[in-house]
Amino acid sequence: MAGPTVGDMNQQGVRWTADQVLALAPDASSRKAGSKLGTAGPWSDAGSTGAGTVWGLCRGSGSKPYQTVVDLADTAGPAYKCSCPSRKFPCKHALGLLLLWSGADPAVAGGEPPGWAEEWLAGRRARAQQKHEGEGSGAARPKTADPAAAAKRAARRAERISAGASELEQRLGDLLRGGLASAEQAGYGLWEETAARMVDAQAPGLASRVRELGAVPASGPGWPVRLLEECALAHLLGQGWLRRASLPPELAATVAARVGLPPAGKGPAVRDDWLVLARYDTAEGHLVTRRTWVHGARSEQTALLLSFGAAGRAPALALPVGLSLDAELSAHPGGGGLRADLGEQFAAPGPGEHRPAGVGPAEALDRYGRALREDPWLESWPVTLRAAVPARAGEGWQLADPEQGTALPLAPAAQGKEGLWRLIALSGGAPVTVFGECGHRGFTPLAAWEPAVGEVVSLC
Amino acid sequence: MGVTATQEQAAGTAARTEAEADWEELVTAALLGTERRTPPVRRTGGSPSAALLDAAAVQTVRRRAGLRPAAAAAPLEAAGEDPRPAPPAEAVRRLSLLLTDRPGSGNGRRGSAPDLLELLPQWLSLANSLGYRAPSPLLPALLDAARGRSDLRAEVLAFTGVRGLWLARLNPDWKYALRATPGSGASLPAPEDAAQVTRLWEEGLFAERVALLSAGRRHDPAAARELLASTWTSERAEDRLMFLDSLRTGLSAADEPFLEQALTDRSRNVRATAAELLSALPGSALAGRMAERAAACVRLESTAAGARLLVEPPRECDAGMERDGVVRNRPAGRGERAWWLGQLVEAAPLSQWSGHFGGRSPQEIVALEVADEWRHELHAAWCRAAVRQSDAHWSRALLAEPGAPVADGPGAASLSERARLLGILPAAERAEWVAAFLPVHGLSEAFQLLGTCASPWAPGLGSAVVDALNIARDAGSYPWSFSGVLGLAERCLDPAEAGRLAPLAAIPDEAEDAAPGAGGYWAEAFQRLLGTLNLRATMRTELLAGRERDRAGTAAASGTAGSADTASPAEAPGAATAE
Repeated sequence: MAGPTVGDMNQQGVRWTADQVLALAPDASSRKAGSKLGTAGPWSDAGSTGAGTVWGLCRGSGSKPYQTVVDLADTAGPAYKCSCPSRKFPCKHALGLLLLWSGADPAVAGGEPPGWAEEWLAGRRARAQQKHEGEGSGAARPKTADPAAAAKRAARRAERISAGASELEQRLGDLLRGGLASAEQAGYGLWEETAARMVDAQAPGLASRVRELGAVPASGPGWPVRLLEECALAHLLGQGWLRRASLPPELAATVAARVGLPPAGKGPAVRDDWLVLARYDTAEGHLVTRRTWVHGARSEQTALLLSFGAAGRAPALALPVGLSLDAELSAHPGGGGLRADLGEQFAAPGPGEHRPAGVGPAEALDRYGRALREDPWLESWPVTLRAAVPARAGEGWQLADPEQGTALPLAPAAQGKEGLWRLIALSGGAPVTVFGECGHRGFTPLAAWEPAVGEVVSLC
Repeated sequence: MGVTATQEQAAGTAARTEAEADWEELVTAALLGTERRTPPVRRTGGSPSAALLDAAAVQTVRRRAGLRPAAAAAPLEAAGEDPRPAPPAEAVRRLSLLLTDRPGSGNGRRGSAPDLLELLPQWLSLANSLGYRAPSPLLPALLDAARGRSDLRAEVLAFTGVRGLWLARLNPDWKYALRATPGSGASLPAPEDAAQVTRLWEEGLFAERVALLSAGRRHDPAAARELLASTWTSERAEDRLMFLDSLRTGLSAADEPFLEQALTDRSRNVRATAAELLSALPGSALAGRMAERAAACVRLESTAAGARLLVEPPRECDAGMERDGVVRNRPAGRGERAWWLGQLVEAAPLSQWSGHFGGRSPQEIVALEVADEWRHELHAAWCRAAVRQSDAHWSRALLAEPGAPVADGPGAASLSERARLLGILPAAERAEWVAAFLPVHGLSEAFQLLGTCASPWAPGLGSAVVDALNIARDAGSYPWSFSGVLGLAERCLDPAEAGRLAPLAAIPDEAEDAAPGAGGYWAEAFQRLLGTLNLRATMRTELLAGRERDRAGTAAASGTAGSADTASPAEAPGAATAE
């Protein structure tokens, strides 16, 4: 569908779509509750400014209405304030208010922020200013005042990790001596215990890798192959850490990141128009990880932004899929330079006319293969497939390039998902451009658009 | 694993095969354990297990780095083009919002927020009448929504059109869309294509044949009847019943010979349906026979006190009556003779009674006294006859004055009878009647009748409902006693009434004799009503916005072929027409 995205701009900058607003919701029930409040009914004294501030009073079950205000102008993403007692963040009132605003409801058009909203906004701006000045002056933060102590702490942590890696090596050695067949009987407990030891060793990367090892024997036919692969990669990481001193710096940084150490320094900031291609959440325990894929119009770089949310909070970063963001990104060292941090944003997200160029199935796999040289632990690599047509291959689906007669099978986790059906519906049997993660398990489609610059349809 | 499995086929070189063999040996050694099987690793130093892991790591990364694409499978048949335009962007946004409100995730009390899913039917019906097609990315959500709600199906399938059907064929979850529904009529041959029609009739599946017959009846009733007659005797009894039922569309005197023949059918249900259809044709021979029988049972007696009706129900159910569809065996709790009388009067043409009772009008006849407690039976049978024969005169007479008491008095006795009689009247008259009924009988009584009124409600009816709701609130009851009416009002009240509602949505001071907290709940209910009305108005504006843009565009390109690409709803294939 050729949605007239460009025409959606109005005098108040860019309105978000309902979909983008709902992506801010921390969970499904907030999404539903927020949708219900997205009508003028319960709202009064609402309004908005062109700068991206929206406010209103929402009548709840109590006698006093809740005061809700949202600031979308902030470069660090939207900020919310609501007088309701909800511990969800953002709460349903903030979501409802934004939905009302996204629907261009006359109830939130224009106006001057009332005192209570202005107060909060002013406070925020003052803090932001302070922070900015603090950064600008370049003064060393008091926390890092003692480099010697910091170095000592880092050395102690490295020691602990080394001990953990040695222990992991020992466990893997035991397993291989006795045979993987025994792992099926050993079950989950053994691995949980080892994972806990890795947590103690302050190596969260090793811990989650070990936890995943425990799940492999129950993952269906072909598990011995997968278990050997994963054991070998865990071994490779352990060995990499123990011998990191002899590795080239880039690879050593990759190992450190994979083990779970925070990045040591950042790459230079790259300013570009970053098109938001996809955004999805995964949960591990109580921690929600949000992955946001962006692609630079001029740099032609694809980057991954990570954001985390703990215990009922949505990850803070909620960039709207399909819009473009004028901002600075700085890459983390190692890992093929994929992961980046969002720096300064120069404008609110707006319509973007550029789309990443696509490649065929063979080139997509080649790119994954080349990326493995930088980071052998990569599960997949972001690629854009051009002229891809969904086709049924046996039980599952694949993305075919009819001209070359080649195809990428979809990853098992992507089969039968609603996103797959959106992709098939969008294609209608005709070629579309598909962005996704291409890896050894297959291709996971994350976004698609009709050839040239069709509207970006999220598939996740 | 999919890629890994296909890589061997793609690159069948000898070197590769050798590498694969090495890998398989590694897996075998790993499975059995290095204690039992020495790994095939040429390396000295370190433990065998570490050497095995080293080799496996190299192989794993090598295998991943060397992945080759699979062969492309046979392509899907491309979906047909849908020539209808996509709805305006704001309307699409609204639709995706309505679709996020899935059923089953609700948590009891509705509060003051509108029920979005209830607005979906209106959105779809307006979009269909404007001739829009569904935006492709929303097809899965639309098909899912209609999967759980069969009342949405006709509109959803019309909206999703050819691409929706194309998609539904690929996913067994959406199988329902492939069954014969109005939306899938696209696959039926054109009624003029006699050869194709006959072929589908003779070879098609049952559902396809029913769809074909119904479509044929709308287009050329006589030809469709001939089609049915051509295979009638070889059809199964339950199929005959369904086919006969489709003759209701386009029923006319020309169908009488065929229906008369069906009166002698082997199946009792087929006979009964044929008789029912014949009695709906006042000029039919069966209607004449029934008229004669019914007239013999009811006669006018003039006494000094005035005229009254004497009822003498039939003493037996003879073979002739049975052949004409009268059911001999009475249901439990009914008198045998009353049962037969009811059937005779129901099937007799209403037009005869006026002549039979000395030129009296239906009103006068209904007002006549009926001797010996027969009034209820007689009037009930007339109600059924009025509905069956769609007789508005009798309907009005039997409905009587809207202000008249419901339970006793002449005419329709029950609310459900009144609801059915109202269904025959023109929409405006129906709304007027219910609006006059409301203030006298109240909301609870009127609920069923409100359901028969066309949406949006006429202004008079709308204000009557709002007034009645206001009265109910002042009477101190809780709003959930009226949740049915409130729900109907949310869907049917004209958004133009919103202005009248605004003051009601405020929280009133608690009256002393009111139920505790009722005022707040009422304000909440009115807020929800108000919010829903505003939302409906917005939905409408959003959908019509594209219309106006198109029109402006067409006007700009005046004179040229510009008007060709704005499909009107009537031309758009699959567009549902308002009922």
